[in-house]
Amino acid sequence: MRTLRFSLLAVLALAATLAALSQSPPETKPADACLACHSILEDEPSKQFVDDIHGTRGLTCAACHGGDPTVDDMAAGMNPAKGYIGIPKRAQIPQLCARCHSDAAFMRTYNPSLRTDQLQQYRTSAHGRRLAQGDTGVAVCTDCHSVHGIRPASNPLSSVHPLRLPETCATCHANPEHMKPYKIPTDQFADYRASVHFQTLEGGDLSAPTCATCHGNHGAAPPGVASVERVCGTCHVFQEQLFDRSPHKEPWAGLGFASCSTCHSNHRIERTRDVLVGTSPDAVCVRCHVEGDAGWTTAGNINSQLSRLDTSLQDATGVLDRAERAGMDVSEGRITLGNAHEKLIKARVDVHAFNAPEVQATVEGGLGLAGQAHQAGLDALAELAFRRKGLALSLIIIAWVVLSLWLLIRHLERPRQISRQ
Amino acid sequence: MRKLAARLYAWLDLRLNLDDLIAPLRHKTVPVHYFSFWYYLGGMTLFLFLVQIGTGILLLLYYRPSPGEAFESVQFIMTKVRFGWLIRGLHAWAANLLIFTAVLHMFSTFFLKAYRAPRELTWMSGCVSLFLFLCFGFSGYLLPWNELAFFATKVGTEMAAAVPLIGHWLLVFLRGGEEVTGATLTRFFGFHVAVLPGITLLFLAIHLGLIQRQGISVPPGMDRAMHGLAYLRKHDPEAARTWMEAAGSPEMREMRFFPNFFLRELMAWYVALGVLATLAAFDPWELGVKADAFAPTPAGIHPEWYFLAVFQSLKLLPAKLLWIEGEQFGLLVFSAAALAWLLVPFIDRNPEGRSGRILKVVGVAVVLYLTGMTVWGWLG
Repeated sequence: MRTLRFSLLAVLALAATLAALSQSPPETKPADACLACHSILEDEPSKQFVDDIHGTRGLTCAACHGGDPTVDDMAAGMNPAKGYIGIPKRAQIPQLCARCHSDAAFMRTYNPSLRTDQLQQYRTSAHGRRLAQGDTGVAVCTDCHSVHGIRPASNPLSSVHPLRLPETCATCHANPEHMKPYKIPTDQFADYRASVHFQTLEGGDLSAPTCATCHGNHGAAPPGVASVERVCGTCHVFQEQLFDRSPHKEPWAGLGFASCSTCHSNHRIERTRDVLVGTSPDAVCVRCHVEGDAGWTTAGNINSQLSRLDTSLQDATGVLDRAERAGMDVSEGRITLGNAHEKLIKARVDVHAFNAPEVQATVEGGLGLAGQAHQAGLDALAELAFRRKGLALSLIIIAWVVLSLWLLIRHLERPRQISRQ
Repeated sequence: MRKLAARLYAWLDLRLNLDDLIAPLRHKTVPVHYFSFWYYLGGMTLFLFLVQIGTGILLLLYYRPSPGEAFESVQFIMTKVRFGWLIRGLHAWAANLLIFTAVLHMFSTFFLKAYRAPRELTWMSGCVSLFLFLCFGFSGYLLPWNELAFFATKVGTEMAAAVPLIGHWLLVFLRGGEEVTGATLTRFFGFHVAVLPGITLLFLAIHLGLIQRQGISVPPGMDRAMHGLAYLRKHDPEAARTWMEAAGSPEMREMRFFPNFFLRELMAWYVALGVLATLAAFDPWELGVKADAFAPTPAGIHPEWYFLAVFQSLKLLPAKLLWIEGEQFGLLVFSAAALAWLLVPFIDRNPEGRSGRILKVVGVAVVLYLTGMTVWGWLG
């Protein structure tokens, strides 16, 4: 009886399950009907949006364009009554992006570390100010970040990744046609590509300055004459401090010279060489100073100090290299040489105070260390010579012993050679 | 002076019975024939082993086996200790020459069929000693704690993990944990200066003792001729003399071990010492840069030359072979080959017959294979 009851219950449960399964599934609404249709069309926006940071985080086309992405019907989905705005006008774009990006609470749900002051900064920028005046030729968010294929700045494929940012800025700033109304030169990108900053960036150092490092990103504006030193000083801290107390500081401010860029230029910043300071035709000092004035003497003095230390370092390096090539361990000498080289770097930084005794003090310290490194190399070479002499002597002794043994064997075997005969 | 020496000997002889000890040496002879020069390789290997013991003990005075101090202590030996560079140079170069001469010695005894009865145990103890020398090389390589040694040890011990069933246990045993760390260094140091020397001395004692007991082997043909001559001498001395006069064969000659052979051996040792000193002075063993466990593995990492043939062979194997991993397959094959090599005296039942001829061909193939793979690994 018990078995029969159990069997009936099992049959009923099976029937109920089959009935439930046979019912048609509820109609599921598409997550993003806009993308579904545009993907079929294979248009660029839909292709790009697949990898877009917004697309990958679950935002739909409607987040920017408005409308209803949940309906299949195109007219219903793109109904202005449902907030559809079509392609946003350029002037609207900063405000449109800021609806989310200026909302700290909203942005925190996606990326708590992301700043939310981009719109405020943009409004202070040369771009933002002109846009406010009705100039829609200036850069808006999408010009730099792209439109449907936006990626985080840390992504190497992003148009604002450090390696790609200069090219992005150059899209407009290297375009003479585009820049004509603004009367802005278009050689910045070419100059930047010839600079030490670009070489460093190209060498893989992503911390090297790009356009945004000096000009700002969302608040991009050319630094004024007074702020150039502060901009460079963000990275070149000691140079800025030394320049602040240099004899050039006050007169240059009065003449309207932009501190650092007066000698180093702005975009085409070359790798510094000792020859830039001094009295040779290649030196920047001779642009203002003439033979006989105090600045001329100081420049010449500083250059000769740097040359002394540089020459001394090269000598020490040569001796250590020679010893190392011969197989000697000169690691300690190398450490001392490294310390001496640091002194040279410091002396080159000290140049920015334009105070010859200060440079000399550093150079003297470096010369002492370079001398120690040089001596370490000479000691190693002397040790090498000692080893070779010792080896030669040892080999002579060994040869003599071998010869003696051979003679002894001959002597022993002449009368005693054993044979079974 | 001679009188004093004789008195001293007499004094010692009374207490130690030296005459009995020296008697075997007095009667010991070395066969003289066309291949006699191969006999010097064994003594040369022994000499290099003695150099290793001497220089190793001197290095121990300054070496400190910890990750924080090992590299610095070797650097100190190389730069600050008087003649430290020479001691380390001799130790490093002698280690390599030792393995080289031991390998040559092994192949020479193989091709001269010196492993045949009754010298099976001599062959086996020699093979084990060579294996122990390789262990010395592997454990000593890590001790300077430089980058190359660190990663080579990592790769080498990873290979141990491929051994079926006990692989992981073996890896942990060798490393003293899951990774190559300070525990591995201390462990390798212990193996290198205590465990391996103890075991090696035991096997060398067996090896040398057996040679002393059985005398030095001669190639099969000559052996037979000498036995025949001995028989003839015993039963028909006149015929023996006639035969010797007719044959005039130099293969029949022997020389006394002491002093004739010993003095020649001594000459060879001195030459080896000169070669070692030249190598140590002109090509000091590099120390490289200190090991950094967090640094990426340097490109082109490869083991010492004596492991290159195995390393290169394993590299060439596909990831999967039959039903097991390629590396496991390779190690199994090499282990089986090593075991077969050890048991050669029992495999070669007829050294002068068919099996002997086959083994000679196999031996040539092994030499060509190991040389080829080593050169390939070196160039690659």
